Order: sequence, then C-alpha cells, then structure tokens
Amino acid sequence: MSDIPENAPQHCPGTESQDAGKASACAGCPNQNICASGAASLPDPAIDIIKNRLSNVKHKILVLSGKGGVGKSTVTSLLGHGLAAKSPDINVGILDADICGPSQPRVLGVHGEQVHNSGSGWSPVYVTDNLSLMSIGFLLGSPDDAVIWRGPKKNGMIKQFLSEVDWGELDYLLIDTPPGTSDEHLSAVSSIDFTFLILVAGLQLLDTPQEVALLDVRKELQFCRKVGVPVLGVVENMSLFVCPNCKSRSEIFPATTGGAAQMCEDLGAALLGRLPLDPLLARCCDQGTDFLQALPHSPAVVALNDIVDKIISACEST
Amino acid sequence: MLEQVKRIILVLSGKGGVGKSTVSTQLALTLREKGYKIGLLDVDLCGPSVPYLLNLEGQNIHQGNDGWIPVYLDNEQKLGVMSIGFLLNSRNDAVVWRGPKKTSMIKQFLEDVCWQELDFLIIDTPPGTSDEHITVMENLRQIPHCSAIIVTTPQQVAIEDVRKEITFCRKTGIPIMGIIENMSGYECPVCSECTNIFSSGGGKSLAEISKIPFLGSLPIDPRVGKLAGRGVAAIKELPDSKTSQVFNELVTQLSEQSNAT
Repeated sequence: MSDIPENAPQHCPGTESQDAGKASACAGCPNQNICASGAASLPDPAIDIIKNRLSNVKHKILVLSGKGGVGKSTVTSLLGHGLAAKSPDINVGILDADICGPSQPRVLGVHGEQVHNSGSGWSPVYVTDNLSLMSIGFLLGSPDDAVIWRGPKKNGMIKQFLSEVDWGELDYLLIDTPPGTSDEHLSAVSSIDFTFLILVAGLQLLDTPQEVALLDVRKELQFCRKVGVPVLGVVENMSLFVCPNCKSRSEIFPATTGGAAQMCEDLGAALLGRLPLDPLLARCCDQGTDFLQALPHSPAVVALNDIVDKIISACEST
Repeated sequence: MLEQVKRIILVLSGKGGVGKSTVSTQLALTLREKGYKIGLLDVDLCGPSVPYLLNLEGQNIHQGNDGWIPVYLDNEQKLGVMSIGFLLNSRNDAVVWRGPKKTSMIKQFLEDVCWQELDFLIIDTPPGTSDEHITVMENLRQIPHCSAIIVTTPQQVAIEDVRKEITFCRKTGIPIMGIIENMSGYECPVCSECTNIFSSGGGKSLAEISKIPFLGSLPIDPRVGKLAGRGVAAIKELPDSKTSQVFNELVTQLSEQSNAT
C-alpha cells in the first residue's frame, strides 16, 4: 500500500520514507514538520491495542464475497451457530463489519438489543451462551436510520469495534463484511493477522446468473492474494433449489461456466461445500431462529456441518 | 458535461444482489426500444457487472476531443455505456481502493464523459450508503430532473437495508420515483408450484409504510436470467412475461413525465 497521501504535492516521497519531510518536494507542504519529526512513520498505535485485545482469540476468520446478496451474513450466522453447537466449551464471536447495511442482528434474532459498556470495554450481545455478536445495528436508534459515512469514518468505527469490544476468551471470531473490496476490508485486514479467510460464492439471482457473481468472487480472490491472507476455501451458496412441494431438485441459477468448482480449480482454492437454496432457511433468517435446531435434518444443515468440520480441522492443524 | 442530459435516474438499493444492475440494464434497453437516447453509467467500482450483462466485455473507452467516449451497444449510438470494467486489463483484476480514490474516479465519470445529447441517463450504484453514493449526490445536486428508483427483494433482511437507503434519499433531497420488488416467487419447473423463496409482499408493504409509489414486482424468471450476457431487452425477447409488463409500465410512466415537463 502506498503511503503517499491523496492530496500530497507532486513527487512526495511518502510519509514513511527516509526522506519524509526532507525531500525538495516537501518544501512548502503544510505537513513538512510532522513528516520530518518522524511521527508519521511510526506504526498506527491502534494496531497494538487491537493485537492486545484480540490476543485471547484463537482463530480469526474473515467471510468475504465481492458480490452482494450471495449470503455472506447467512453463511456467517450459520457457521457461528454450527461452530457453537459442536461443544458448549467452544466460544464463538461474530463481528458485523457491514456498517451501511448490518444484517446480523436480524439474522441471529437479537435486533433491538443494546450494547452495554463496562470497565473492560463494550460487551457484545449474547445470542446463546457461547455465541456473541457485535454490530453497528445495536447502536442505531431506529431501523430507518441510515449510516451515511465516507471511508475514514467507517474505518474508525471498525477499529473501535476491534479495539473496544470485550469478547472474553474466544475460540473463533468470524468477521462478516460488506460486498466489495474497499475500506472495510482493508481496515480489517491491515489491523488483524487472520488465520483464514472464507469466500462465499452465490449462484446469484436469476437475473444476474452465476457467471456475474463468480466474476466478483474472482476479484475478491485477487484481493486476498494482494493482501496476503490465506484462503481457506469457497462456500457455494444457493446451488440448488429443493421444491418443498415435490422435493424435486432444480437449478434456479444455471451454471454457465462450471460454477464455483470450476473457478476453484482455475484459481487454486478449495471448495468447502455447497449449500442448497431452501425457502425455510430464508424464513428462519427473517425470524432470527436457529436454523440448525429448527430443521436438523434438512440438506442444508448436513452440508453445513460438513463445512464446519472442515473449518475446525483446518484451524486445529495450524 | 451533463447539461445535455434531460433526465437522470439513479438505481439504488441498500442491499447487494437484489438486481440493481439487471433493473438498470433492462430499463436502459426498454427505453432504447421505445426510441429514446440513453446513457448508462456504472458507478460500482469494486464489482462492475454492467459490461458483462450487456455483452460488452473487452471493449475499450476512447478519448475524444470533448472527453471520454462511452462504449456504444449499437451502431446508431442509441445506448452508451460507461463502466470501470472497460478500464481493467483482466476480468479478474480487483479494484482495491479506499474512499477518496473512488470519489475522484466517479467525479471523472460524471464530469469527463462525453454523453452528447441524452433523453435519460441511468446510474447503476453499488450497495450501501457510502462514498460512491455521497459523491454522486453531491455532483448531481445542481441538476434538475433527477430521481431515484429503489430495488428490493421481499425478505425482511433486505427491506431493513432498503429502509436505510430511503432515509439516505430523504436526507440528500433526491425524489424517489418508486420501489421495484425483484425475485418475488419461483415456479417449480416440475410441479408448477409457485414458491415464494424469499417470502412475499415485502416491497409493497414497504412502499405503503414509507408512502412511496410501488412500481411493480418482478418474479424469478429463468428466461430473463438467460438474457443476461446478451444485451437484449426483455420486452423484445419475452413480450408476454411479467417482467416485460412491469418495464413497459415503468417506461410509459417515464415518457409521460418527460413529455409533461
């Protein structure tokens, strides 16, 4: 990442360079003194605080997807429930980094709850005994409230979430992100050493057939390579539709180019599993009920458990 | 550069993947079928899908005397398209930019593109209420005849995000033309049972609560999905479908409004 500010004079050597504040281009720059004093090249103090705060978290997992609406939030909440259900001794935290459209409070059935502040920091909202959640949704007065923020303010909020929330001892921290490859992702990636990253690929809604959704996932894979976080694998969401009436399976979003399996092969990533599209799952998300407990035998839950096992074994082996 | 544009329509949604790009492209194609001159600007910098949807991938933007020349879908130059997708070398390339860089790119798109005379300029946006949206709104503030169409799906989760987008429009003072509900139901090809995969009626009740006109609901139609990547209008290819009906009504409404002004 370049350390040259957007509005810097021409030929600015960059705030972290040896010549910062001393190069000829620096003459007349209002920040010359700050750069020359060396203060700008010091690492961001927030990073140490975040490291300290998250030192009790064993595995940090980022859930990403370039395209919106593929089910990042759904997959994150399902993984959270799935991991927490494995054993009461496993503690799972979910951080919703989607500032403009937080969905986790609704999907996990805790919207309207309040975040409390204690001496050790903000306490997250507990969904079950061993599953906790932090989201900007808890800080908004009404569901109509819009968060109209530019990047730097969003970064500040995410850093605050990472440094102020008192998670306690956690085995897994899942971070749900907004679509794209921008501010939120860069802030999260630059402040934490992630164990792994999971990509969600959705067979997008009819009008945007799968190829469009995968196109964006490819971009996200490039992003992971650029920032150097290992990719645990790809979860393919909404791959099949199981009709609740006749139980027949059909592909709503026909794979035009081999789907996620083909993409994983092309780009050298593992396919963790495929979740079928289930209308009951969508209803569970709207109502915030635990899908795993409500319908333990549905094909989606079987597929999900398989993915959870893969995640656990991958995390244990690191 | 936008003085010669008669009317600007923003396609917005708080939620991702609800079909903003599909609605934008179909609206542009339908308007073109009716003989209007259209521009389509894709301001989704991190995930541009318009070039793929209109089968324009791999085309290049050229620099003319008056600014950047958009990519035209047809020889008569009735539909011009501008997207960051045309500026990337490979379809796998990721645009990993923070806000200020995105802002200046969008400013360039709004100021430096030579659209010539247009009846409608349709702007397709990324999900959220952040940098891209604030920039577009700031730059369009002086321009009259600008309005927004909001796209949603019926689930509660989507509706919640869309309510935030409505607040955004009200705060920035952009008039909302109406709400379109996408992906209302899916007809099982085997037993013809219509399932509301993502529940139903959410868009309509949202429209009633927030007192915004409801523009219609689009069902999940695999035939429309297959049109993507070809750049053909639904009203031409599938004149009997519900999708064509909704877009026809929308376009009629738009042309009545533009005749009235």
